[in-house]
Amino acid sequence: MSHFTPGAATLGGLLLGIASSLLFVANGRILGISGIVGQIPLTTGSDRSWRLVFLLGLLTGGLVLLGFDRSMLAFASEQTVPTAVAAGVLVGVGTRLGNGCTSGHGLCGIARLSRRSIVATLVFMATGALTVFVVRHVLHLGGGVS
Amino acid sequence: MKRLVVAYVCGLLFAVGLGISGMTHPSKVMAFLDVTGDWDPSLALVMGSGVLVNFVFFRMATRRGAPFLAPSFSLPAKTAVDASLVGGAALFGVGWGLGGFCPGPAIVSVVTGATPVVAFVVAMLLAMGVYDLMEARAASRRLLPVPGGR
Repeated sequence: MSHFTPGAATLGGLLLGIASSLLFVANGRILGISGIVGQIPLTTGSDRSWRLVFLLGLLTGGLVLLGFDRSMLAFASEQTVPTAVAAGVLVGVGTRLGNGCTSGHGLCGIARLSRRSIVATLVFMATGALTVFVVRHVLHLGGGVS
Repeated sequence: MKRLVVAYVCGLLFAVGLGISGMTHPSKVMAFLDVTGDWDPSLALVMGSGVLVNFVFFRMATRRGAPFLAPSFSLPAKTAVDASLVGGAALFGVGWGLGGFCPGPAIVSVVTGATPVVAFVVAMLLAMGVYDLMEARAASRRLLPVPGGR
């Protein structure tokens, strides 16, 4: 547990909660990144524009972080390009097929006590942990060195 | 207009929250998933505190009956746990463990211009697009009359 950062984790988590609560309380929308961004090509009119503006907000936030402290973003490449592409394809297909990711299912769905979201979160946590176990402790490929 | 301002602010706050929590670092996410190694429980606190805030405010909003700036809440129609939910979540988890990125932190980190990050996001968006195209095709095929008529 050498890298445990409880203060920053709690503060950041509260902010994630505030952002997703605000979107729900004001606009009635679930803050699920894969759904919001993934459905941009499938929507039109005002249903598309709020998604684009949200995406713009995410990127602005990225620039704010970059300007404030570069080390807040994964600037140094923490993975190889082939791994990143394989991971990206799996995340893309998986989140469309499973209707959500860590934000929509994890942060919002669990708070709504949605059975689907609770099951989804348990499943992706389990297969995520299993993948890291196989990569690091079976294949000894030791990815993710920062 | 107000709704767009809220959407923008939410995106911005969410990105900053991800940065502060450390979730924009794949190594930190992988350290959480590495339960048999040098385990870092930070992600559990990130999720726990986020869920706690949402639990309180989502309940208050639902009790109020409607959101402030929209006529009704937009909630997922599906309620049953089915094979595509479990299969999709399983695939997502494998990708998450492999790259240490879920969609939010990856998109936020695109501003660094780092090649693996951009590669991840482009691959993810293309995969989503191809999936949706295939879905749309399958749906239109289901609507066509079956030859020989059943």
